[in-house]
Amino acid sequence: MNRWREDVYAYWHDFENLPTFMHHLEKVSTNGDRRSHWTAKAPAGRTVEWDAEVTHDLANELISWRSLRGADVPNFGSVRFSPAPGDRGTEVKVTVHYDLPAGRLGKAVAGLLGESPEQQVTDDLRRFKQVMETGQVVRSEGSPQGTSAKQLMRQHPGQPMGEDSE
Amino acid sequence: MKATCWMGRNTVKVKNVPEPTILNDRDAIVRITSTAICGLDLHLVDGYVPTMKKGDVLGHEFMGEVVEIGSGVGNLGIGDRVVVPFPIACGACLACQNKAYSLCENFNPNAGIAEKVYGYSPAGLFGFSHMLGGYQGGQAEYVRVPFADVGPLKVDDDLTDEQVLFLSDIFPTGFMGAEMCGIKPGDVIAVWGAGQFAAASAFLLGAERVIVIDRFPYRLKIAAERAGAETINYEETSVLEALREMTAGRGPDACIDAVGIEAHHSSTALHAYDRTKQATRLETDRPHALREAVMACRNGGTVSVIGVYGGFIDKFPMGAVMNRSLTIKTGQCHVHRYMRPLLERIRNGEIDPTFVITHRMRLSEAPHGYDIFKNKQDDCLKVVLTP
Repeated sequence: MNRWREDVYAYWHDFENLPTFMHHLEKVSTNGDRRSHWTAKAPAGRTVEWDAEVTHDLANELISWRSLRGADVPNFGSVRFSPAPGDRGTEVKVTVHYDLPAGRLGKAVAGLLGESPEQQVTDDLRRFKQVMETGQVVRSEGSPQGTSAKQLMRQHPGQPMGEDSE
Repeated sequence: MKATCWMGRNTVKVKNVPEPTILNDRDAIVRITSTAICGLDLHLVDGYVPTMKKGDVLGHEFMGEVVEIGSGVGNLGIGDRVVVPFPIACGACLACQNKAYSLCENFNPNAGIAEKVYGYSPAGLFGFSHMLGGYQGGQAEYVRVPFADVGPLKVDDDLTDEQVLFLSDIFPTGFMGAEMCGIKPGDVIAVWGAGQFAAASAFLLGAERVIVIDRFPYRLKIAAERAGAETINYEETSVLEALREMTAGRGPDACIDAVGIEAHHSSTALHAYDRTKQATRLETDRPHALREAVMACRNGGTVSVIGVYGGFIDKFPMGAVMNRSLTIKTGQCHVHRYMRPLLERIRNGEIDPTFVITHRMRLSEAPHGYDIFKNKQDDCLKVVLTP
């Protein structure tokens, strides 16, 4: 993305910013230390919550995290920031690992991640780039929620949303 | 509000749809005062562009008055009169920074679909397919303009709507088509498709001669009388022979394909070959004009493609391109780049873009406008609609 590495790192480093572009997250709260509390949306209005801690934090280069014992969905991940060649901004690489639990919860979480977790990360990164470069998630009349693979298959017509359409 | 909607292949209706609202803080709502029907709209209506959806509001050539602005738009005020470029661009990504606005990396929320078909996604466009964004178009009473601090060009009241409306697309598109030819003094430029602005722009950029190829006498007449071009009617004359003859056996220095996917051919058999493949989806685009432009171009010349293509073509004369060192340049117009300089040319009187307008009607009559433009009835070259 066309922003300096320091800016991109700083934005991600404040985990409370993440729900801006990670649409499956409802809220992330931090209390100043390495701990954070994550709330994600699950199907049928439910939520899934967990605590996490930062395991590595290299300024402007890398942040990694893992969920703490007792998480509904154990997970860990990392994001790496590197300068793009020729001063063309920053390359961002994200790795996420989930342990899907068995049973009903596992199914709910699988539904939450969509059929392809990889696609979800791709969407997240695309929205992250939009937020970093333009300050907002880009919305069209066809995709009023912004970039989302799920939404591609059920587009709203290219006309304003509202009640009084014929 | 009233809006021109795509309701399926060959069906355009003016419907009542909800009025747009601000979705992002850099949006503006524009009350449309003038909007035009473009040849590209015909490709959508004829069903050659995939991922349209019933109810899509058409139109990407429009202008009007700003009636509402988001808190993030600093350079526009309520009441400003603006012309809006048809590609939607953020102004901040690498493509925009390089002034390649129609390649904006952020403005297609549906980039995932475009990547499947095109490899990577270009920018979103107003009133186009969902593959290129799913944005409401401007053949309506109001439209939401995203990133209103980047695209819209403010115009003063001394110029009429009709004088500046075509800065939204066809004048910059034709101009970029001519610019891509790299015109040098003495150059002869051939243009397929008498949309007029590529031919007129070739002269503005210093072409010695411009030759326009079309099949409708009224369109060729306008090219001759108003754009100052020589003309070839391909239904009456062999284009390749005529161009060879007119250029002392060498061919035009550059050829502009301003036709695109729904070209016709004077040979019924050749036309039927591509039309059949297109109908059975074996190829999506009919590239007669492009093939001919390649064959006609002089050795080492440039083929500039501004006619719109959607997918795949067949029987492309790559041997001619390679062995004769041809250069192909193309792209949806980076409109933002050209609006100000072309506004100056209009203001200076170098060109009066209104010469292409043949029909003026109300927005409610849009279906009739589409009909006569598509079927080339009543000598229709350009329809301007007012809400």
